[in-house]
Amino acid sequence: MLEFLEVTLPISGVAVNILLLIILGVAVGVLGGFFGMGGAWMVTPALNIFGFPMPFAVGTDLCHMAGKSIISTRRHAKFGNVDMKLGLTMLLFDVIGIEIGARLVMWLEGLGLAGPVIRWVYVIFLFLIGCLIFYDFFKKIAMDRKGGGSVESEGSALRWHEALHKIRIPPMVTFHAAGVECSMWLPAIVGLCVGVLAGFLGIGGGLLMMPALVYLIGCPTYVAVGTDLFTVMLAGFYGAFTYGMKGRIELLAVLIMLAGAAPGAQIGTIATKYIRGYGIRLMFGCTVVCALISVIMKQFRMNQAASWVVMSAVSIMTLFVIVGMFKGAIRELREKRLSA
Amino acid sequence: MLRDKLPLFRNLAVSAALLLAPMAALAGGGEKQGKLVHVADTRGLDGINLHWADLYNTNRLLFTLEAVLITAVMGYLLGLLMDLLVGAIGLDLGKQKNRE
Repeated sequence: MLEFLEVTLPISGVAVNILLLIILGVAVGVLGGFFGMGGAWMVTPALNIFGFPMPFAVGTDLCHMAGKSIISTRRHAKFGNVDMKLGLTMLLFDVIGIEIGARLVMWLEGLGLAGPVIRWVYVIFLFLIGCLIFYDFFKKIAMDRKGGGSVESEGSALRWHEALHKIRIPPMVTFHAAGVECSMWLPAIVGLCVGVLAGFLGIGGGLLMMPALVYLIGCPTYVAVGTDLFTVMLAGFYGAFTYGMKGRIELLAVLIMLAGAAPGAQIGTIATKYIRGYGIRLMFGCTVVCALISVIMKQFRMNQAASWVVMSAVSIMTLFVIVGMFKGAIRELREKRLSA
Repeated sequence: MLRDKLPLFRNLAVSAALLLAPMAALAGGGEKQGKLVHVADTRGLDGINLHWADLYNTNRLLFTLEAVLITAVMGYLLGLLMDLLVGAIGLDLGKQKNRE
């Protein structure tokens, strides 16, 4: 079925269905704009499942992510959610980290171990992020029950950033949009660590950067999402350049996915207007768990089942965000009409 | 006596583990060595696909610059188009209020 939509990509020679790439683009656009990340956690495994060799999946994903993040970052900047100073500080060190990570991948490719090692690092990394988010959520519920408040009251239940802000190694900097004052070394070291993982796993760093900005730097969720997308965009371009030079980009696939990601990114970004910060983080945790399950299945060669897990999780989350966005938009338009 | 030799045993154990780790990883299902130098097959290609594949094979820097530039321009133009469409619906796309 739908064989007529199948194309053979010119660089890698992989035969892939255009419709699948567009759907993946829409989904990654919606979820990326909503969670503030490139969405590599689903694109890299999905492209690998579609038949891309892992280094091609990583390079193609980084390039697509750069283009898609332009769309989401422009929108978040208009919402006032982007702290450029914080983003640029982290990015400087992020880039150094990406290069280290990319060289690690090429070295592993030489050993013939790139695929399994990247997948297992993914598993460990996704597991830790998932645990962190759910721990924070349930701790917050417990705290709110004790205090008689609501889950949405304010901020994160984990206060690691407060301890980190007490490390006052000069130079000290103030990030106005994020409302944070800390040592310049804090975002620098966080940026470097995110970069190494980003270059290694072929992600813009959003999956790690978003929780790092909230829990380690102390940003509000919305500023974390916007600033994260800003760094993901620039890091994505650098990643695209370095993987392009290493010959691991499939440009046609990038452009097809981008066509789907454009409307998706707009929907996902606008949905953050209507869904609360803690809701965003909880959904982020659920998607991380689904990504984790799919990567484990892939490692045990249950490719068919893994692709179903990825596609089901992505579809449900995407639908949830789209419905949230449209409900919020209808409510807003109705209120406008009533007040007019 | 034996305690004096502990650092030596420890060093030997670490060296052996480092030497055996790649073999263990390969035995555990590592993939065969992939091609480090990839060449695009231009047979049967035409139009823009042929151009990209040729550029990929002959000038990697130009291919990379073209890929990054096309991606950036397309991302910007699509964003602009989407802004116009969403703005036309009448949604407020101004500053967002912070709600955790």
